[in-house]
Amino acid sequence: MSEAFSRIRQLLGEHGIERDATGLPRAVPDSTAAVAAVITMANELQWRVRVEGHGTWLPSDAPADLVISLKGLEWLSSLTPADLVGTVGAGVPMDTLGLHLGEEGMWLAIDSPGRSDRTLGSVIATGTSGPLRLGFGPVRDHVLGCTVVTGDGKVIEAGGRVVKNVAGFDLTKLQVGGFGGFGIITELHLRLRARAGADVTVLARGKRDNLLIVARGIRESSMQPAAMELMSPALAASPDWVLALRFIGAEEAVHADREQLPLEPGVSWEVIPAGQSGSFRTITGMASLVGSVTIRLGALVGGLDDTLDLVASELGEGFLSAGAGDGTIRWTGEATPEQLSQLRRMAATREIPLTVERAPWPVRSAVGHFGAYREGVGQLVDRLRETYDPLKVISVALEGREHE
Amino acid sequence: MKQAVIDGLVKIVGERWVKVRQAELATFRSDGLPTRESTPGLVVLPANREQLIAVVQLLHQHAIPFVARGAGTGLSGGALADTDGVLLTLTRLNHILSIDPLGRRAVVEPGVVNARLSEAAARFGLQYAPDPSSQSACTIGGNVAENAGGPHCLKYGVTTNHVVMIELLKPDGSLVTLGSPQGETWGPDLVGIFVGSEGMFGIALKITVRLVPIPVAVRTLLAGFATVRAASQAVSSIIASGIVPAALEMMDRSCVAAVEASIYAAGYPLDAAAVLLVELDGGDTAVAIEARAVDLLLRKHGATSLQVAANASERARLWQGRKKAFGAMGRLAPDLAVQDAVVPRSALPDILDKITEIRDRHGLTISNVFHAGDGNLHPNISFDRRNPVLNEKVRAANAEIMNACIAAGGSITGEHGVGSDKIEYMDRMFTPATLEAMCALRRVFDPDERANPGKVIPHHTCREWKSAAHSHHAGEAAGVSE
Repeated sequence: MSEAFSRIRQLLGEHGIERDATGLPRAVPDSTAAVAAVITMANELQWRVRVEGHGTWLPSDAPADLVISLKGLEWLSSLTPADLVGTVGAGVPMDTLGLHLGEEGMWLAIDSPGRSDRTLGSVIATGTSGPLRLGFGPVRDHVLGCTVVTGDGKVIEAGGRVVKNVAGFDLTKLQVGGFGGFGIITELHLRLRARAGADVTVLARGKRDNLLIVARGIRESSMQPAAMELMSPALAASPDWVLALRFIGAEEAVHADREQLPLEPGVSWEVIPAGQSGSFRTITGMASLVGSVTIRLGALVGGLDDTLDLVASELGEGFLSAGAGDGTIRWTGEATPEQLSQLRRMAATREIPLTVERAPWPVRSAVGHFGAYREGVGQLVDRLRETYDPLKVISVALEGREHE
Repeated sequence: MKQAVIDGLVKIVGERWVKVRQAELATFRSDGLPTRESTPGLVVLPANREQLIAVVQLLHQHAIPFVARGAGTGLSGGALADTDGVLLTLTRLNHILSIDPLGRRAVVEPGVVNARLSEAAARFGLQYAPDPSSQSACTIGGNVAENAGGPHCLKYGVTTNHVVMIELLKPDGSLVTLGSPQGETWGPDLVGIFVGSEGMFGIALKITVRLVPIPVAVRTLLAGFATVRAASQAVSSIIASGIVPAALEMMDRSCVAAVEASIYAAGYPLDAAAVLLVELDGGDTAVAIEARAVDLLLRKHGATSLQVAANASERARLWQGRKKAFGAMGRLAPDLAVQDAVVPRSALPDILDKITEIRDRHGLTISNVFHAGDGNLHPNISFDRRNPVLNEKVRAANAEIMNACIAAGGSITGEHGVGSDKIEYMDRMFTPATLEAMCALRRVFDPDERANPGKVIPHHTCREWKSAAHSHHAGEAAGVSE
């Protein structure tokens, strides 16, 4: 252990080394080169490395000889309003990034669950999009390119910095949502958006079935909500289910969309005052941290009702949200590996993948973030791991024991 | 090619669908980019998935390289096979297998023509958004291989944003399904990795795509400008305003003149140095508001003329010139060197000035018609490849344009792909470690490096590197290396 401290100190200096809560050495590199140096050393010494942001999403419990914290990668290299792109370090907290972008009249259209100070790298590496994926696409659509240190210490510049680019193979896609299994993202080139004139959230409360009918009507209409999320009573802190719609755009256009909201029996619309919509989103985002396990499933909209029933019957209703316009389901609560495996098997028969977004290590290691794949996919993923992290230096459970 | 292989292929697809005679092979010597040529060893046209799988398995047994090809409209010299390879033409696998209106998904075979899919989806009020200019001929399989774009990709995204699941026929003949019908990844984003891999990871045998509603309202505007710089600045202002037009296209004077002198004449202003074609779509109110804002921005930047399409036929007329611009440019000279580099949108004014300076210095004819909204340039050089002096100027001018775009922080290709055409520029854009990582990614899918060898990656550890050194460059044979 003392050797680890001394080696890291040599590499990064006195400010580049800490001790984590369990006494493990925690390297805090402040550049891509420093991350590469630490990973190269870990390969030489055959140390396992746990990668952390601010430690607010995934529990800091993966077995390791060394922790690398990316909180030192907190730079904002460039924010360019004229091009609506930006280059920032992976350790920048989402709320800090939002503040800086706001000053430039821009924003990043990712509303991931979890604490507002989650690092950008955590959101990208785990691919945790939020309700805005309906209007602006999943996390991967916002990443133009990235700098990555692979598990064997090589530095890769994936993708590009412009909004359209097909040069070479898309290494960026491997990293977004890869849970760090193929490398450590240190810097990101982002697609940004200009701040809109209006950003309004409206809610309807009622029975789940009624709200799903309303949502279907909205989906078939000319309305264009940026988000349309169905939330369980526990998640929305409400006695009923809640359908939350978010409209973002020019003032008149948002107003016109609001005027079209359907008036169904038993459903009334409530506009969240501008000053409170942020807190509503914070509360629902934070609710994803109430249980120790968060999972994500992708169902077609037509099968959303049945899939919600399936999740509720296997795990309980818990803190549940569902993209009523895109079919992505997120559930948070307590679950055993056996329950998750059972649900994953049942979902797979409906062609619905289940990703474990966060869970304690005993659960992650048992079922994996991805679990057993479709036939033939496991071989590809194993090869990808062998290619980009041949000594399995990065401590991550992509497949879990389900795969064995 | 070994006779046993030819016999095996004939047994699978029938003699009619195995092309071995030089006259037949000549048809497949180039794709949409006329400056690259390579004659395949033979060409096979399987009729269905079973035949295609059997063909790939046979080629695997004999360790023979192959290249999958759709309609051959690609613009990067990507769908070319060498004499030791087999060209697999997939145009007979052209069935739309299903359309799910509620889920807004379609499942297609790779040989389905892009425009046919939108036509089939239209009865459900849906469309397939990526719309390359060649959409009346190009295939979805080819679009997937190249991650194709198109004018309307500014708002709707390119092919990768619309493909959710792929049944992949790996180069060893085995099958694997990537992704899910909804689009949630099943493990790492293997669909995202596959799309745009230029046929080097295997063949997309069955493709599930996302469909989007046909917009309720559409507004199309055409503005003329006295200078290219003014038009470029109008583009930057529109983008920075937060408006995301469905399309934002620019054509310069040379291109407009070619269009207006052709049967595709669209009524573009001949006195303008550049025209902008702007299309807005969405809900009625949003489109009306955005159209007003765009109108103001165009005037603010000195638009000298402004046309607004009053109905669908006027809209079609305005688009006709843009969609047929490449055809119209065929009038200017026998050959056309096409590039598709990308620059940051704010760099457009400077880079277009630079292209003008390069054009004038070399005494060339360059016509610009491009996706201005996302900075995706198409500087088209008209020339006659039989003139060696001109060839050398074209080569030099192309290299200078590419270098200027890379220096501006851009990319060497926005939608056409690298293929064999831009391979020499890859190491100017990517580090050796990154290129090696790309090679390694390819080997995950194709350890033997038999699928479309010799393309994309100029790296010494790849088969591509070795092959590039011996590639058949028609242009070079004619004195052109572009």
